Formats: sequence, structure tokens, C-alpha cells
Amino acid sequence: MSMVFAPCLTETTAPTTHAQPAWSPYDNNGGTCVAIAGEDYCVIAADTRMSTGFSILIRNYSKIHQITEKSVLASSGFQADIRALQKNLDARHQIYQHQHNKQMSCPAMAQLLSNTLYYKRFFPYYAFNVLGGLDNEGRGCVYSYDAVGSYERSGYSSQGTGMQLIMPVLDNQLKSASPLVLPLQKSTTPLSEFEAVDLVKDTFASAAERDIYTGDAVEIVIINREGVRRELMDLKRD
Amino acid sequence: MAWAKENGGNNKAAELNYVDRSLDGPSHNFSLMPTPSKHTQYPYVTGSSVLGIKYKDGILLASDTAGCYGSTVRYKSVERLKRIGDNTILGASGEISDFQAITNLLDELITEDWMWDDGNKLGPFEIHNYLNRVMYNRRNKFDPLWNSLVLGGIKKGKKYLGMVSMIGVHFQDNHVATGFGNHLARPIFRDEWKEDMTLEEGVKLLEKCLLVLFYRDRSAINKFQMANVTEGGITITEPFALKVNWELEAFRNPTKGAEGSW
Repeated sequence: MSMVFAPCLTETTAPTTHAQPAWSPYDNNGGTCVAIAGEDYCVIAADTRMSTGFSILIRNYSKIHQITEKSVLASSGFQADIRALQKNLDARHQIYQHQHNKQMSCPAMAQLLSNTLYYKRFFPYYAFNVLGGLDNEGRGCVYSYDAVGSYERSGYSSQGTGMQLIMPVLDNQLKSASPLVLPLQKSTTPLSEFEAVDLVKDTFASAAERDIYTGDAVEIVIINREGVRRELMDLKRD
Repeated sequence: MAWAKENGGNNKAAELNYVDRSLDGPSHNFSLMPTPSKHTQYPYVTGSSVLGIKYKDGILLASDTAGCYGSTVRYKSVERLKRIGDNTILGASGEISDFQAITNLLDELITEDWMWDDGNKLGPFEIHNYLNRVMYNRRNKFDPLWNSLVLGGIKKGKKYLGMVSMIGVHFQDNHVATGFGNHLARPIFRDEWKEDMTLEEGVKLLEKCLLVLFYRDRSAINKFQMANVTEGGITITEPFALKVNWELEAFRNPTKGAEGSW
């Protein structure tokens, strides 16, 4: 078994004069995502900038993807992986619809997303996701993920390069009692839809000031019982 | 290894097969110990930037015709713009041999599409998706096609211009550029590109950027090609040169006024 760890002697190329940087299959295309759950609505937002290194590739790229009638996925990270993940979920949802003759609920999609991410535990999708939508009772729900599928339902969340700038602000404005406190308090915010959208706009404007990867515009998607609505607000382009 | 010795004169060859290599281990592993890999680690013969813009009637692509072998401009007549079917053009920067492999794949795709003979032809959006999947799946196998591809086309009045990188990052825009073009040409596009430019305006804009690239990109040469796709068809120009001015003030005394420089 020692041969597995022996130094390789089969290379016959000439020794390089300097160490080549190893090629990386990943890239961070930046961006920030936020979602806030309300009594009967859910707000999902993401900026529209796509970057690589210190360059901006495009200023109007949507990171938000509606998978089902009631679930909207916002993802930041490595764009190629995100796109592959979205297509994967779309395909799985189509199959679900064929088999069950109905759309997946948001909590079901949340579990599916977690499983899909963990499936590639040893070569992860470099995607930082926030899933927002309405649950089976019509209440807003927000699910937040890491790259390998660990997730939690909460009243609000943010992910991406501007996450650390935005999360404390959301905590300050929206934090509700711990889910461990009995009787169980609702984690959805009592704010109205308009106030929640306003808060989201404020947080993105702030994040765009200091996070170089966040800016250009923020796309805001609002799901409520009437359906899905979209707003676009300009951000600083520097 | 007793059995090897029994083989008589074949000791060395037999040993080489098994020494220092695991019999059924993975072809690559992610431990800290580096192992021999037969996958592409770095490109050999490379092309520099490709530029693309949308204009009123279609898409314009431009590139130079250099194939560099490290810091040597080894090949000076490399065609880095290719037509795909009737309504799409593809430009590539990066490893030339990988670009040739991609054009082979696309030729097969287009041929199969033609053989269906169903009145339907693959358009630029479909080819874009195909290229995305090809590049992404190669990246998944840790064996990328070392190219940045620019794809442009027009079908039924709908214009398309997009880019795919070697790891599968892709997007569409009114103007794209690969490699150095992303740093030097894109800002010029952002400033000067406008909706519905005429062919002359588009060519002028591209020539301006090609010139900037020739001045500032070490691997660019003064020999360019342009490809034009409209509803009427595809034209790829013969190689041409641009008028260069080395007497520009910025070249005369580049460090004048720069504090602390020598």
C-alpha cells in the first residue's frame, strides 16, 4: 500500500523554473443575496453584478431563478455551478410534476436543494443559496444554505460577498425571539411588504458602498398570494 | 518482486509498470501530495483577445491572427474566427489546439443538424448552450478546454452575442471581450458602444480597440481579422493591418511626470 504515497517518478518533463499556480475549477463571480419572510409574502433580492477577479463582466446578470410557482432561488458564488444547479433543480421539478401531478411546495424544494448540494459533497457546487417562497399555509419562508447543503428555515437571511455587511443590519431590524423559547414565536417579520422591500433596498445600497462585488442594480422579487412581482433598483456602479 | 526477476531481461520494464503508481487508485486525487496528471495544466500555443459587438444589422467579431508559444510569436496566420452553420460565428482565445477540437465538435453538431433535414437549424442560442455544457463538463473532469469563447449570431431578427470561459462561466451582452480585451477594450466599449450602430461605426470601434490591444498587449500582432454575421450571411475578412503611430506622446517619454520613476 506504500506505493500510493510514494513520490511520482513517472513524469519525464523538464523541471519548471518556477511553481505554476494550480488551475482551479472554481471562480467567485461575486454578488449578494437577501431574503425576508413576511406573514403572507416573501421578498427575495440579489444584486445584478457578475465579476471575476477585479473585473466586472456584466452589470445586468440575474441571480434569481424561479423554480416553482411558490419558490424562488437566489444564489451567489460561481456562476457556472449556479446555472448547473438551477438546471438540475428545474429538471427534478419537472419529473416531480410528472409523477405527482402538482408543483413542489417550498419546504419540499428546500429539502431537495439540500440533498442536491450534498450529493456533490466531495466536489461542491460553489453556490451560496437563499431559497424564498410561501409554505403550504401561505406564510413566507426563507431557507439559507451553505455550499454543501446544510440549511435552516428562518425569518430572514443573506448570503454572498456582502453577507457580512447586510446580516447585522437585518438582525437589528428583524430579529425575533429564539426558536428555542416556548411558546414558539413566529419567525416571520411583522413588517408590511412595502416596509420589507424598503429595508432590502437600504441594505443593498449600504452593501454596495463597501463591497466591491456588489453593485450596479438590485433585483427584488416579491411573492405573495397574488403571484410574483419584480422590481429593479439601480445601485452604485463603481 | 520475485515474479519480475523470473521474467529474465524484462525486469526494468515490468517494474516500471507497478513501482510508484497505485494499481487501481484514482487517476487524480485531492490530497496534498502532488501526483502525475495527464490533464491540461497549462496552454501551449495560445491566441490573444477576441472582441465582439452587436450592431444594427448583426454581430461583429474581431481578433488578431497570432499564435504564441509562450513569449514567442510562433504562428502569425492563425484563424481564430470560424463560421458555424449559416448564422453563427465563433471566436476563441487561449489554447489553439483546444479551439480546433471545439470547431470539430461543432462541425459534427452542425452536420447532424443538417442531416435531420427538418426545416430547423441550430441557432446561436442553441450553440451557446451546447458550448456551455461542453466547457462545464470538461471542467468537471478537471480537464478543461483552455479557451475563452466568443459566440455571435443572428436568427430570425434576434441578435445574440455571448461568451463562455474555460470553467463554464457564461453570459450575454452587447459587447464582449476575452483576455486582455476584457481589461483594455471593454471600458472603451462601455463608453462608446451604442444601440443600432452602423457597420462603419462598428468596424471603427473595433479597429480602435484592436489598435489599443496591439499597442499594449505583448502577444498581439498587427494582423487582424474581422467576422460579420447578418441575416444575409457570414463574412470573414482577409487579414488586414492597421496604421500604427509610435510617435504618440505617451510612447515618447512614458515615464515623464511619473514621480519616483526612472
